[in-house]
Amino acid sequence: MKLRVLYFARLRERFGMAEESLDFAGVTAADLVVHLQARGGAWAEELAAGRAFRVAVNQDIVALDATLPDQAEVAIFPPVTGG
Amino acid sequence: MKIAVQTQTFDLGIEVAAISQGRTDIGAIASFVGLARDMNEGSGVHAMTLEHYPGMTEKALAKLVDDACSRWTLLDVTVIHRVGRMLPGDSIVLVAVASSHRGEAFAACEFIMDYLKTQAPFWKKEETPKGERWVDARASDDAAAARWNKT
Repeated sequence: MKLRVLYFARLRERFGMAEESLDFAGVTAADLVVHLQARGGAWAEELAAGRAFRVAVNQDIVALDATLPDQAEVAIFPPVTGG
Repeated sequence: MKIAVQTQTFDLGIEVAAISQGRTDIGAIASFVGLARDMNEGSGVHAMTLEHYPGMTEKALAKLVDDACSRWTLLDVTVIHRVGRMLPGDSIVLVAVASSHRGEAFAACEFIMDYLKTQAPFWKKEETPKGERWVDARASDDAAAARWNKT
């Protein structure tokens, strides 16, 4: 499936990109996280088990077992700190 | 209902007046303004920048307001959140809630702020004497939001 993946705040800075288009063979948000972790470096560190990050699919926060629809806009970001 | 994400500042008096303008059914307006502080986590902060997720932010704020309206009988709600660079003393966020009686207005105002702090995609980066740093989320904010789930 094709995905548009967005990164925000600290993750955008650590990954050195705000967004990318991915051709992705997995099914769930967790599969995508594993795929990204495999890039190593900041990807492996920031997305390691136990690190706090959130995943949104089409602009709604989801659990990691959520299925990703084709053409989805997926965002990965740190816990929010507005207000 | 008014929901805005904007770089420019806002005026509490103007926003509250706009809510009650031309109507006589409102008995209470509760408002909250969040400000940028000059100190956090033990060090000085001389400015901060708020980043957000355009598109999702507006959607998340609309959902917060919808949730509040389903819990309480509200006559109007205004939520304004600023983004971009701000200095200590600057206003960051405004929530104003109108209802027939104060109890609902106070409760809904606090509910919206508690959920905004944990659900709306904003991130603060502070400028300190030691350089820039991203603000970490607080466990106390999760606890504040979670107490609204108690039955």
